[in-house]
Amino acid sequence: MSTSSKRSLKASPLAKVNTTIAHCFKALSRRDRSASNQQKLNAQVFRRILSLVLFFGIWQLLCLNRFNFFINFENVPSPIEVAQATVQFVTGNPMKHIQASAIRVLSGFTIAAVLGISLGILIGWFKKIEDFIFLPLELLRPIPAVAWIPLAILMFPTSESGMIYLTFIGAFFPILISTIRGVESTDLLLLRVGQCLGAKQWHIFKDIVVPGAMPNIASGLVIGMGNSWFCLVTAEILAGRYGVGYITWESYVTSNYPPIVMGMLLIGLMGAASAYAVDRLTCLLMPWRITKKKSA
Amino acid sequence: MATLVEKTLEQRVRGFVEVENLSVSFKRKGQSVHVLESVNFKIEPGEFICLLGPSGCGKSTILNVIAGFIQPSSGFVFVDKRHVDSPSADRGFVFQQYSLLPWKTTYQNVEFGLKIRGVPKAKRSELVNYYLNRVGLFKHRHSYPHQLSGGMQQRASIIRALVNSPSVLLMDEPFAALDAQTRHMMQELLLTIWSDLKTTVIFVTHDIEEALFLSDKIFVMGVNPGRIKEKIDVTLDRPRHADGLLSPEFISLNRQVFELIREETLKSMDMD
Ligand SMILES: Nc1ncnc2c1ncn2[C@@H]1O[C@H](COP(=O)(O)OP(=O)(O)OP(=O)(O)O)[C@@H](O)[C@H]1O
Ligand SMILES: [Mg+2]
Repeated sequence: MSTSSKRSLKASPLAKVNTTIAHCFKALSRRDRSASNQQKLNAQVFRRILSLVLFFGIWQLLCLNRFNFFINFENVPSPIEVAQATVQFVTGNPMKHIQASAIRVLSGFTIAAVLGISLGILIGWFKKIEDFIFLPLELLRPIPAVAWIPLAILMFPTSESGMIYLTFIGAFFPILISTIRGVESTDLLLLRVGQCLGAKQWHIFKDIVVPGAMPNIASGLVIGMGNSWFCLVTAEILAGRYGVGYITWESYVTSNYPPIVMGMLLIGLMGAASAYAVDRLTCLLMPWRITKKKSA
Repeated sequence: MATLVEKTLEQRVRGFVEVENLSVSFKRKGQSVHVLESVNFKIEPGEFICLLGPSGCGKSTILNVIAGFIQPSSGFVFVDKRHVDSPSADRGFVFQQYSLLPWKTTYQNVEFGLKIRGVPKAKRSELVNYYLNRVGLFKHRHSYPHQLSGGMQQRASIIRALVNSPSVLLMDEPFAALDAQTRHMMQELLLTIWSDLKTTVIFVTHDIEEALFLSDKIFVMGVNPGRIKEKIDVTLDRPRHADGLLSPEFISLNRQVFELIREETLKSMDMD
């Protein structure tokens, strides 16, 4: 249809009018379609907003009625109280807390990424190294961050380094395990491709094994980033005078309940945001995969 | 500038393949199964050989041994009088599956072998671009493999092997996954490139017409155990064209090979 209209365009001025009309029709029908799409989208947005309103409404109601049947809402701050606490926090000096937490998480995460990826590659690629260090790591892996608190206090010279250690623990194992998996799942076919192009160990490793493991490593990094934030509260119980986790715990200790929920939400938000950032960044490192997503 | 390309095209006295008493067996459920038994052949430099046989007769296994991917239980493979025991760039391989590295562009994939060998950048780009042009992939040189069609990917795989000027090009059903039309185009393209390069080619297929169209000789394989059953000279004139598929000579050869394969296929079905 488009080729025939192009041809007639050359043929006569009348045809030009025709094609213009055809274009108008096309545009119209496109607008029709997009209009109905728009409607669908609106309905979806409406339902989602409603779900939020219901969520906060029910929560508020439960608090107002001091609901107490098995679960006790008497001391749970209501959404309005949380909002007030948030306003207070934001108008106070929020940056020093957010900054303190972010630095801890970023330091722990960065160390975990460097160690996790390099150890993971070594363990995945060299059987002997796996034999030497895999079992001890497996033994440490299931230990939750909370259980590390006493040792973290005993082992580290400053409370700051102890806290960074705990956020490190959260990120390290997911990154390590996904890296090992990624390296181990290298495609035999691609190894053979490298071999009969004359690649020796180094090129096979650099150009085939590592890029092949990158998608796995990336998902390990995203999960690790989330986990680092999980461990933050635990870490900031340890010590500290600033930090989002610190506010959360401190508010509980001083029976000032609304900031607890605010702190929880803030941690969730920052965790989600930084995991998203890691996801985008790793996608940038793998242009061959981004384009795949677009075309699909 | 063109001298470099010409030079790499010229140096063609290599590609002499000898397979002597080759046997391969695999362990399966604790028992060892003889897949190949005393396979013998010699291939002269520049010959185009097809290995033809029913599924499971060991065609890929022969190719894998020549490539150095697997070790034979007994017997030897020599390429240009050198004993083969591990893969190297002088035996190029084109796989049936799409096997470009997904994280490299077409250009980088083709360039990879030269880069490994430390060929200087200017020489690399001259050679790579020559081959990319040769198979019509120059404008796709910056695309990633998943953006290419199956035919394009196989063309890239072929020149990725050829750019290293291997003594032998091993091809394991490289066109099996393509549609009939594309397959014909690829066969003709392969023949034109080969007639320039005169690389020795060992081409595995189970398509009789493909084998007749491409090769100088067909090694028809038998099953249980896998072995070379018959060597057939394909005397059809070159250059070959699609309409040659209708000549009486072609038809009679086709019938001859068909009967041979049919026997073996029946035999392999009985045994299973
Ligand atoms: N790694 C292996 N372990 C055990 N048996 C194998 C192995 N590789 C191949 N075989 C067996 O060896 C025989 C020959 O296999 P091969 O792949 O060489 O056949 P083929 O002629 O290439 O078949 P096709 O046309 O289906 O590709 C088959 O029976 C197969 O099951
Ligand atoms: Mg095969």
